Amino acid sequence: MKTNREIEHFVAPVEETPLLATDSLKTDQAPLSLWADAWRKLRRRPLFIISAVMIALIIIVALFPGLFTHVAPNDNCQLANSDGAPAAGHPLGFTFQGCDVYSRIIHGTQASLMVGVFSVLFVLIIGVTLGALAGFYGGWIDAVIARLGDIFFALPLILGALVVSQLPFMRENRGVWTVVMVLVVLGWPQMARITRGAVIEVRNADFVTAARSLGVSRLGSLIRHVLPNALAPIIVLATMELGVFIVAEATLSFIGIGLPGSIMSWGNDIAAAKSSVRTNPAILLYPAMALSVTVLSFIMLGDALRDALDPKSRQR
Amino acid sequence: MTTSDVIISEADRADKPLLEIRDLAISFQTGSGEVQAVRNAHLTIMPGETVAIVGESGSGKSTTALAAIGLLPGNGRVSGGQILLDGEDISQAPEKRMIELRGNTIGMVPQDPMSNLNPVWKIGYQVKETLRANGRPCGPADVAKVLAQAGLPDAERRAKQYPHEFSGGMRQRALIAIGLSCQPRLLIADEPTSALDVTVQRQILDHLEQMTSELGTSVLLITHDLGLAAERADKVVVMYRGNVVEAGPSLELLQNPQHPYTQRLVASAPSLASRRIQVAKELGVESDELLAPGTSPGGAVVVKPTMTEDVLQIQNLRKVFKLRSGFGKSTDFTAVDDVSFSVKRGTTTAIVGESGSGKSTVAQMVLNLLQPTSGKIVFDGVDTSTLNNKEIFAFRRRVQPIFQDPYGSLDPMYNIFRTIEEPLRTHKIGDKASREKKVRELLDQVALPQSTMQRYPNELSGGQRQRVAIARALALDPEVIICDEAVSALDVLVQAQVLNLLAELQSRLGLTYLFITHDLAVVRQIADHVCVMEKGKLVETGSTDDVFDAPQRDYTKALLNAIPGARLMLPPEVA
Amino acid sequence: MIQYILRRLLQIIPVFIGTTLLVYFMVFALPGDPIRALFGDRPPSEAVIAQLRQQYNLDQPFWVQYGLFLKNLFTFNLGVDFTGQPIAASLGRIFPVTVMLAVEALIIQAVFGVTFGLIAGLRKGKVFDATVLVASLVVIAIPTFVLGFVLQLLIGVQLGWAKPTVGANADWGNLILPATVLGLVSFAYVLRLTRASVIENMNADYVRTATAKGLSRPRVVVTHILRNSMIPVITYLGASLGGLMGGAIVTESIFNVPGVGQKLFQAVIRSEGPTVVAIVSVLVLVFVVANLLVDLLYAWLDPRIRYEN
Repeated sequence: MKTNREIEHFVAPVEETPLLATDSLKTDQAPLSLWADAWRKLRRRPLFIISAVMIALIIIVALFPGLFTHVAPNDNCQLANSDGAPAAGHPLGFTFQGCDVYSRIIHGTQASLMVGVFSVLFVLIIGVTLGALAGFYGGWIDAVIARLGDIFFALPLILGALVVSQLPFMRENRGVWTVVMVLVVLGWPQMARITRGAVIEVRNADFVTAARSLGVSRLGSLIRHVLPNALAPIIVLATMELGVFIVAEATLSFIGIGLPGSIMSWGNDIAAAKSSVRTNPAILLYPAMALSVTVLSFIMLGDALRDALDPKSRQR
Repeated sequence: MTTSDVIISEADRADKPLLEIRDLAISFQTGSGEVQAVRNAHLTIMPGETVAIVGESGSGKSTTALAAIGLLPGNGRVSGGQILLDGEDISQAPEKRMIELRGNTIGMVPQDPMSNLNPVWKIGYQVKETLRANGRPCGPADVAKVLAQAGLPDAERRAKQYPHEFSGGMRQRALIAIGLSCQPRLLIADEPTSALDVTVQRQILDHLEQMTSELGTSVLLITHDLGLAAERADKVVVMYRGNVVEAGPSLELLQNPQHPYTQRLVASAPSLASRRIQVAKELGVESDELLAPGTSPGGAVVVKPTMTEDVLQIQNLRKVFKLRSGFGKSTDFTAVDDVSFSVKRGTTTAIVGESGSGKSTVAQMVLNLLQPTSGKIVFDGVDTSTLNNKEIFAFRRRVQPIFQDPYGSLDPMYNIFRTIEEPLRTHKIGDKASREKKVRELLDQVALPQSTMQRYPNELSGGQRQRVAIARALALDPEVIICDEAVSALDVLVQAQVLNLLAELQSRLGLTYLFITHDLAVVRQIADHVCVMEKGKLVETGSTDDVFDAPQRDYTKALLNAIPGARLMLPPEVA
Repeated sequence: MIQYILRRLLQIIPVFIGTTLLVYFMVFALPGDPIRALFGDRPPSEAVIAQLRQQYNLDQPFWVQYGLFLKNLFTFNLGVDFTGQPIAASLGRIFPVTVMLAVEALIIQAVFGVTFGLIAGLRKGKVFDATVLVASLVVIAIPTFVLGFVLQLLIGVQLGWAKPTVGANADWGNLILPATVLGLVSFAYVLRLTRASVIENMNADYVRTATAKGLSRPRVVVTHILRNSMIPVITYLGASLGGLMGGAIVTESIFNVPGVGQKLFQAVIRSEGPTVVAIVSVLVLVFVVANLLVDLLYAWLDPRIRYEN
């Protein structure tokens, strides 16, 4: 290794690389929390903008259907118009029973959206609580909750819904809330699993230990430090589940165990249009498109959120 | 070809540089545009020579080396200059050519042995595929031979194992084996030992040196440690912010640094500072002035109180963990075994040890975050195990921690103001206005501008975050601060800055520090007393001077010996 | 490894008991006459009711009922349906068809999902990746039965590339269209999961080291990136079986495949509670066992679990 060769001693001129003070702080830029950073990233993505606009539109349609159509959906259903093609004032044609397709789609938004929103709400409440407790405290709490979740996991959605729908209580009271109940009972384990994973990742961080060593209680550190940092995957999952639950409702209605026929929903309309597929497939396709576009908006939003909240792209 | 031709071309070769980097510029495409990581790098490596590139993070040292082997990440590219390997410019060479060169002409030994070995393939397989890809014989005997040469005992059996069954040092040897298996002419060693324990580091570096000199391999050594660079390389190249600022023979660079940045590095590097103090002591020169600049403001020597009471007494502390290994079976793992020492008020006591020594476990027990299995911790005359909840809450005001990972010790969701305010709020101290005032004062004390209050941790650098952590620790006006590897993750110059700050705060506020670290060199700079731990036991304890000048135990001697630069001959700087 | 297997087995048992208990409880243990309640408005003949009552041991205490139910389940004594036909026998006939369907769907979704996901991950941000990402979202957004109708119409009727319905001659070839529809949503998830895995592993240190050794790019991709990315995907494929079983109900009815799903669907329409319970219980058992097998496969793929010390 030791050579006897002459090695020259090179020194660069100081002006070339002016020395900065060690570890100085840039004071010119505005403060940037993680949420603000994520918002900045989201604003620029076309995927986010499109889906956000769509969702806003859909919410307005759900809340104020009267703004979009003057035709009451169940009036003037004349069998004579059965499976009819579009006519004046009825842009999308008529269903098998002669009702206006367009109007039914507009009015059906409410039920479909309600199922999605409330299912996600309850899944969040149950899943996040159980998952956080399981992840944070570990031990037997974790074991019990994990086994409980496994039991419900072992029941695939449709099979589970089939069984639950056999309950006399369910059969007599079919409505939005029974469907919500089915989806929540079968859907909470996944949210719990994601929450548990996120909590486990965060709970060993030094800032949690720091909080404990300055006197914050265990539960306090869970609520004030662990959960806020575990929110990102929870939010992403919740957004996507909204879409997935709306599709699930449609599938359940198709099988016959979803919303009762008396409630207007896209799922019901698609299911009812089964028989019209050969004569006028459009009757099935229109509500299917409405449903698909809605669901697509939610899952695109979830996707965009996941990218924006990705911890690996966090540092400035 | 006649014999004389062969001789001439070999001699020729020995005179021509193996690797020559000229005016190299490398840029990265990031979300906010193109960033220049390396502006103007140049260095020369002759055959058989070892050259070290030294710099802090962001200096461009790793990037330059990676460019030589064509392994820049996807968004990086060489935007100017040349990389000449044996006269051939490979900076823009097609991937096919680079694949040919990798392995048999240029080899690499990466930094982190755990993440650089694929966990799902056996070690032997990972060696075999290297040999096979470069056209070498790759039977089991060849694989075993390669592993044995790198110092792995029982190579044939080891080849059938998976990476997670190896220790850290063994994994690094495997990586060295892989890097040198096809006898490349140039080996790029990217911080090859910084992820390893100190005593293992020296062994591995020695072995690497032996192998490369036998094979005649040139080595490009990347490191942040100037002492290590000087010890192992013929020539040292110093990089700062993408430029080469100084380059020359290693010893000369240390004795006579000319560029201001190099001078800063030489002054602050703990291993060199430690060495200087050592040498100075041997010559009877007062050592305080040789600490990092700024420690003694105005040139006055800091006087530490020598006879004070014990603020902390650790008596026969033991911690046993039960490890689950199978059904119902569990083995006992003794992390801390009968440790006793005391800490005097106003002083700094360091606990030094490698990974697995139990030092962090001791810290956690002192902080009352972990219950000891047996033994006592007496704080200010009171046994902490007898405290009830209310008393523990009060205790927390007096003993505070600072942790290692600056990227993990601040809650990313809280802005700096909330982070520093939290202790005050938890203990219900003052009202909103007085708390804000206190936060401002604390920021001043740690030399951070007031505007930091609204910022978030992800906007600050490692050193700045650590200063925020110090501010938070000081919020409750504690008496004792436990620094658990508080500076180990920081760059050299930043580390010096933070250590200065800690020393200053200690003299101003009369704080007592319990300093946990694996870095003996840092200990020399800041600690009054040292406790050396090995595998849970307290091996040696005493004042810093005593332990460093006259180590009693073999383990302590091995640790001291392992400080990079320990074998350098350095004349002291005369004040 | 043995410990891992034993541990998984021990975990499966409470899950299986829990699930079947739940199913049984919901159907049989609630107040009221469960047999009459099961049939809703259309009770079958008295003879069948008596037989069912005896079959489900309703005169016994709950736990005995449940224990006998389990015993019957494992001995394939599944009772009779409304027409008096033994359920186990009919299951024996139609099960292989559904198995074929599910296996085909699994192969299609695994092969295409992983391939496309790998390519998309390697070419992150390029055209193929962006297209595939949006397409996968669209697939997830459209209900399976709509896709089923659409593809049946397009490919079966209009283009005539495949038979629109399967009917009695269910073999591997005829089942391709329903298998594709069945696996479509899972295919989208497998694709995204593979892609995410590949992107994460692409930048891993050991991939860089593999390249530094002089390995060719295809070798690095297959031996290092793909091999490591497969691990989470395999786990997902096991869980997707549940979705396949549920989705089979819909797909089999659209394409007229004489499988378990179709029988289940008909039982639901006709409110044949006991049949529904019997078939669901068998399917749950299959799902639980399949997941156990997947866990074992996962342990074999990841040596860190195989050789835990």
